[in-house]
Amino acid sequence: MSKEMTIHLKYWKQNGPNDRGHFEEYTLDSVNEHMSFLEMLDVLNEELILADKEPVEFDYDCREGICGSCNLVINGQAHGPKERVAACQLHMRNYKDGDHITIEPPRAASFPVIKDLVVDRSAFDRIIEAGGYVSIKTGSATEANSILIQKEKADEAFDYATCIGCGACVAACPNASASLFTGAKIAHLNKLPQGEIERSNRVVAMVDQMKEEGFGDCSNFAECEAVCPVGISISAIAEMRKDYMKAVMSGD
Amino acid sequence: MKLDSKVPGGPLEEKWDKHIKDIKLVAPNNKRKFEIIVVGTGLAGGAAAASFAELGYNVRSFCIQDSARRAHSIAAQGGINAAKNYPNDGDSIWRLFYDTIKGGDYRSRESNVYRLAQVSNEIIDQAVAQGVPFAREYGGNLANRSFGGAQVSRTFYARGQTGQQLLLGAYQAMMRQVQNGNIKYHPRHEMLDVVVIDGQARGIITRDLVSGELCRYEADAVVLATGGYGNVFYLSTNAKNSNVTAAWRAHKRGAAFANPCYVQVHPTCIPVSGDYQSKLTLMSESLRNDGRVWVPRKKGDDRHPNDIPEDERYYYLEERYPSFGNLVPRDVASRNAKMVCDDGLGVGDTGLAVYLDFRDAIKRDGKDAISAKYGNLFDMYENITGENPYERPMRIYPAVHYTMGGLWVDYNLETTVPGLFAAGEANFSDHGANRLGASALMQGLSDGYFVLPYTIGDYLAKQEPGKRYGTDHEAFNEAESAAQEQIDKLLNIDGNRTIIDFHRSLGKIVWDKIGIARNKEGLESAIEEIRALREEFWKDVKVPGEKNNYNKYLEFAGRVADFFELAELMAVDALDREESAGCHLREEYQTEEGEALRNDDDYSYVAAWEYKGLNGKLEETLHKENLEFEFVELKQRSYK
Repeated sequence: MSKEMTIHLKYWKQNGPNDRGHFEEYTLDSVNEHMSFLEMLDVLNEELILADKEPVEFDYDCREGICGSCNLVINGQAHGPKERVAACQLHMRNYKDGDHITIEPPRAASFPVIKDLVVDRSAFDRIIEAGGYVSIKTGSATEANSILIQKEKADEAFDYATCIGCGACVAACPNASASLFTGAKIAHLNKLPQGEIERSNRVVAMVDQMKEEGFGDCSNFAECEAVCPVGISISAIAEMRKDYMKAVMSGD
Repeated sequence: MKLDSKVPGGPLEEKWDKHIKDIKLVAPNNKRKFEIIVVGTGLAGGAAAASFAELGYNVRSFCIQDSARRAHSIAAQGGINAAKNYPNDGDSIWRLFYDTIKGGDYRSRESNVYRLAQVSNEIIDQAVAQGVPFAREYGGNLANRSFGGAQVSRTFYARGQTGQQLLLGAYQAMMRQVQNGNIKYHPRHEMLDVVVIDGQARGIITRDLVSGELCRYEADAVVLATGGYGNVFYLSTNAKNSNVTAAWRAHKRGAAFANPCYVQVHPTCIPVSGDYQSKLTLMSESLRNDGRVWVPRKKGDDRHPNDIPEDERYYYLEERYPSFGNLVPRDVASRNAKMVCDDGLGVGDTGLAVYLDFRDAIKRDGKDAISAKYGNLFDMYENITGENPYERPMRIYPAVHYTMGGLWVDYNLETTVPGLFAAGEANFSDHGANRLGASALMQGLSDGYFVLPYTIGDYLAKQEPGKRYGTDHEAFNEAESAAQEQIDKLLNIDGNRTIIDFHRSLGKIVWDKIGIARNKEGLESAIEEIRALREEFWKDVKVPGEKNNYNKYLEFAGRVADFFELAELMAVDALDREESAGCHLREEYQTEEGEALRNDDDYSYVAAWEYKGLNGKLEETLHKENLEFEFVELKQRSYK
């Protein structure tokens, strides 16, 4: 039989970017251990709605850890206590009866609050826009196997390409830096011959955009790597910096 | 309404090339004068938006998520098919075409499916050029694996995250065009209506999901790439926000809806654990390459699975289908899982699960080899269930996964509303009554990269460049007020039951009666129950919050309202089709072996429904597109 628990919640309410915001508290009496964290919030909202109270807004979509929509900061940790999972993949069996849980949005000036726990992460889109791609038009590709790629290189590229764009790295960073996110895309494309041609332009454009969006710089705290739900390594940041220096020095 | 599939004449192999030669082109200076709206940013929508923009059209792209990169294509795990024949195992365009037609149980249009197989190879080229990190062999070549419903290895993959990597490829191509100013990008916008002027699609109404404001956008053509309707079941493997609203509202504006009863139930999902469950999680069916499906031979055998000896295990797929074994198509695998559970052989607390066992594969290849192939899937399973699949067989059960039905489209992917196109899962076009694994990614990208960029040009070439009616046109006023009225109505009911509560009840009716197996009596009662519950919904639903603010529950209320109407049409369609085909199993029509029994004489048609009104009951007129099989011979499917 599955276990039921009492959980004391404290969650952030904020009506738009200009509201000061505040915490509200609520106790849920029968939280099943097999529930996901977001299902627990669904139950909270059902109770609030029926009691004529305003539900708490949070972002979610796939609920299987791949879309990157959810970005809750749970008891001060992005995506909560379990390593290598997004909040949607966190299950209540990681908590015990009587636990207190505080839920906040990621706190970063570049991620303004839209409502409650929902923030605006469009800055990430603009970083990709600046150069996170290979400039190839539909229809102009060569035969796929004409580009041979060492298996190890392809695997390494994948390890960076797997970033889900959730923004936990920004939430965890004391500088609210987006270096891990930006570095991951740069490292993914750098590992592959397809990305080589635009290597210098890409890194400069993306890093400059990251600064323009107001994200802080990296001070090697490595908090980002610790919370990343897909385990992106901070070597991505080293890669990005090395390339940035090279590109700027050589005037490419 | 007249259905004209506009399939070009000539031999099957030459139709698409001939069509490309015959279609009209738009001159570069005129492309700049045309505006195309693309709703949805998954594989089909993202690929289409990027490709249109590269051609020089002005594009507006809309999605409900906070970023185009989050569209639900991202969750596709297993892979993408193509007829490259790299493994030299006898694959060809013809064989991919044939497998798809057969897999769809001869209920799809030959010409569309052949074209899909033809362009499949270009998709792989395109994705590789974008930097999609597909799996590689040690020599540096692309790797392939096999998938359900095929006897060749034609599936390309990027670990268990192929959809993610392909989607990011399309997304990045799209973002490049946003940067260039060729795409105007509108995330967090939901399409609430299509605006039709003089019989042509000329724009859309959206709701800005942040401010709640209703917005009007005018264009020369509209593409709906808004995905499938699996969430009508409440529990499905779809993302929580996936919905039918854009397609359904287009249907109510004159776009025929085809084969709504064709719903794929995926055989390998993690079983339901409780009432609070909000979604089901799929485990890629690539797991069936190495996992063996079984249940105990004895009813109520509650021993630990590892303690059940070999001769007391019923490997029902291997026994019943010796040549395909665990790799039978999805519909066959799902139906068999339901059958053994209905016979009382199911496992786990609920008895609604079967084992998927990797013991033998781990013994044969070693734990590391299995982990390299499926590591992330095993982790996902352990995370959700708290059980370790390296040590104990997985428990799996079928769950709704994909909808083959959708907006009816002709060979050009144009709906019955001129200027309104549908792509990807939102259309009905290529999978017949059942989709093969690793074919959804192929179809979405085929539509977006390689079909629409040609066919939409043919449509636009016949339009007057730069013609504008203005968004103050009567048709825009009417569509916006209708959308506003519905929002106000939903907020004003202030009843006693929540949206999730209603949705869950609707889902239960649809799953029980329009699910894996259907029958006349069940479908008739489903129609009555859906109507009654829909009436109650409109009297007693409680929608919190305000309209001029971010309000997810208000978004959901509108989507559930549309699911209530679609559900009725699904039942009506399933009732009309007095045969079994692919995923549509009518219990009255089965072979002695329990396989779907088609009736080709009477039902070899696409059922395209025309909306006529809603007055307590849904009124729809059936139009039939007869499927002509010129190139393949219709056979009783057999995977024995």
